[in-house]
Amino acid sequence: MRLKRLPLDWRALTMVGALLAIWVVFSVATDGTFLLPRNLSLLARQMAVTSILAIGMVLVIVAGQIDLSVGALAGLTGALAALAYTRLGWPLAFAFLLALTAGAALGAIEGSLVAWLRIPPFIVTLGGMLVFQGTLLGVTGGVSTSPPRPYLFVGQAYLPQPAGWVLAGLVAAALAVGAWRAQGGRRFGRLGLAALAIGAVALMNAYQGVPVPVLVVLALATVLSTVAHHTPFGRHLYAIGGNREAAFYSGIAIERHLVGVFTLMGLLAGAAGVVLTARVGSATPNAGQLMELDAIAAAVIGGTSLLGGQGTIWGALLGALVMASLDNGMSLLNTEAFWQPILKGAILVAAVAVDMAGRRGRA
Amino acid sequence: MPLLELRAITKDFPGVRALDGVSFDLEPGEIHALCGENGAGKSTLIKVLCGVHPAGSYGGEIRLRGETVRFRNLRDSEAHGIALIAQELALVPRLSIAENLLLGREPLRYGLVRWSDLRAEAQRALDLVGLAVPVDTPVRELGIGQQQLVEIAKALIKNAAILVLDEPTAALPEADTRRLLSLLGDLRLRGVAAIYISHRLDEVFALAEPTDRITVLRDGRSVGTARREGTSPERLISLMVGRELSGGFPRPERRPGEVLLRLAGWSVADPQNPGRRVVDDVSLEVRAGEVLGIAGLMGAGRSALLASLFGAARSPVTGTIQVAGGPSRGPFHSPAEAGAAGLALVSEDRKRYGLVPQGSVLDNLTLAALRAFRRRGLLGALGILDRPARRAAAAGQTAALRLKAASLDAPVSQLSGGNQQKVVLGRWLLRGPRVLLLDEPTRGIDIGAKSEIYDLIGRLVGEGLGVILVSSELPELLGLSHRVLVLSQGRPMSILDGGAATPERVMAVATGQG
Repeated sequence: MRLKRLPLDWRALTMVGALLAIWVVFSVATDGTFLLPRNLSLLARQMAVTSILAIGMVLVIVAGQIDLSVGALAGLTGALAALAYTRLGWPLAFAFLLALTAGAALGAIEGSLVAWLRIPPFIVTLGGMLVFQGTLLGVTGGVSTSPPRPYLFVGQAYLPQPAGWVLAGLVAAALAVGAWRAQGGRRFGRLGLAALAIGAVALMNAYQGVPVPVLVVLALATVLSTVAHHTPFGRHLYAIGGNREAAFYSGIAIERHLVGVFTLMGLLAGAAGVVLTARVGSATPNAGQLMELDAIAAAVIGGTSLLGGQGTIWGALLGALVMASLDNGMSLLNTEAFWQPILKGAILVAAVAVDMAGRRGRA
Repeated sequence: MPLLELRAITKDFPGVRALDGVSFDLEPGEIHALCGENGAGKSTLIKVLCGVHPAGSYGGEIRLRGETVRFRNLRDSEAHGIALIAQELALVPRLSIAENLLLGREPLRYGLVRWSDLRAEAQRALDLVGLAVPVDTPVRELGIGQQQLVEIAKALIKNAAILVLDEPTAALPEADTRRLLSLLGDLRLRGVAAIYISHRLDEVFALAEPTDRITVLRDGRSVGTARREGTSPERLISLMVGRELSGGFPRPERRPGEVLLRLAGWSVADPQNPGRRVVDDVSLEVRAGEVLGIAGLMGAGRSALLASLFGAARSPVTGTIQVAGGPSRGPFHSPAEAGAAGLALVSEDRKRYGLVPQGSVLDNLTLAALRAFRRRGLLGALGILDRPARRAAAAGQTAALRLKAASLDAPVSQLSGGNQQKVVLGRWLLRGPRVLLLDEPTRGIDIGAKSEIYDLIGRLVGEGLGVILVSSELPELLGLSHRVLVLSQGRPMSILDGGAATPERVMAVATGQG
């Protein structure tokens, strides 16, 4: 008889366990303020920009690459959209499109340098980071620009409560159908997710509704997770990162895939840029700085291997949630600001250490 | 009309002519073997054939079923029914068997992968090669022989009419090799022709029908093609090396001196299965001027024994060891400690454990002995090296080993396998070891270099070193060793006299029949 593989993902469970532990500690320490719908809604909005970047970063790292320029690129594209809308009076859709196009184009250039000229991605994107930071400083002229209200919708608006319920119903129904079709342990996983979706919307509706930036994150994660797991492009990224020679000998055009993944990353940086300016309410000359490191950390905490070939988008969102929870909780406790990066750094290293220990135990 | 014809193929690399007017053809249903020493041009020839070196980068012409073809890349040649099974297995460890089989040609609907079709097609291919493993199994959970079968299934999925196999059995245990050979025989009946590249002439002769041909390359030229029925291994070897080899193993005369290495109650825990041992209660002695051979099947604990002696085991070791008259003590904790006591290990995987590929011959030769080349006085105390002394020592070793390198500063990666192995050996000889531990020292190197390594072992033993030799090639092991310790599942079975033992006797003991 064939033994069925246990559907339990040891690593994911550790992650969820760690997250719950962090939440319990902060809830107790803040006398429950941490768990109020108002705070959790804030938490969800705080993690949006990092999450969008982390979604792309997972794919980049899975392909065995790295992108250090995404923070600066998000800052730059966000500023371009805000300036086009505010100063040049472009229609909103065109301004957003400008950010996405510019992000994708700059990502494509970086990807081409990596793929065709064989410059290591670390160098290309380190250079890109500096170039984008300088350009941002130039186009903003060193001053902040605050776009008027309609622009801020993507960063600050909420889905009306009834629409939220409809959405939760649709998602839960889709998952239930999936559970009905699936077998064994997956069934319970899907039913659990359906319950989670309804619970999350209930929580968000208890404040002002599901925040629009959170919707953007979930939509992007769903689409790109499908791309990663169910399209040849996505599967080939895993193959390239897992064994580049094997991918080559399977007739995969590695260069085109690398250009593709950096272009996609640039596109997501454009989206992150728009959400960033809209959430903060202004385009600042140093926006996005160091966000690439948060994105990388979220991906790695979420189980992406820097060696390539391994990682999931949903895991990265979990990683982003862990980091945002630390920031949020410590702010509530009025901890001095310097503790935040110290603790985040320690968590990052600890997450990978636990992973390595677990791997050795089972190897 | 031949199925495939390569006509006067010439390929130049900067400074080297790798192929010089090589012609080669393949008849329908034929298995045509391609033999030659490392560096003879076999791999280059098949890279030309498969489009890895694209049309235009070589001279000559390729004809498939009578028509000239110009492949720009691997995909092109695959579209024409030629499938390359490369030397290094080209599988993605974390992906499932099914995904690996259809990598690059996934069945789609609306741009998404159709998993049910993908699994079904993968299953059909696995059935063809007779591999009974679920298609969802990640490839990294397969043994190397099973992975090889997956590779062949992958070629069959592409409807290959011509399989090109580059050293497919280099890493395979005996049973898997036999399975592979019989599979190729079956495929021939289905009309699949094959080009089979191998060092191992016994395999080539086992595989070929009497009318199949064998072509020998040497230095980028084709030096002969013969039908199997009209040639012999000896004849092919002399074609490959360009001279008749004595074929003998220069086992040095036995003049055992003092005991250089004494082991008692030596055991190594199994890193995979707690409570079991990969080496179980071994006691032995090696004397100066003696070669102790260690025989056993795959997994008998031979490599684990050598690694543990050298302080490089990955699991707990127990027992006592005494080196060159030193104190009797517990196992060494690190290679540094073992090296200082007078041991030296040449490991079986020289790329992984032996060489720093970016380094020069000089860097690699002197890597283990750098401390010995410190300058005198203050500069030496600061760790500054004496460059002339270091070069002189390396040059001396190069001469002693008959190492063929353009210069001491040449990158070690440019050397042939045999010369790389000499670099690894020379590195340890510079340290002046007393006992040399050799783990498969001739794996993957050509016949000429092998016999030089044999001579070298003989000379070192003559100079009073003790040697422990692990080799899977029984004729080599028996020919060089004075005594042979046979291991079976980690346990010492018996010690045979190297001169009197036969391969049959050793195998009987190793498989527990003796």
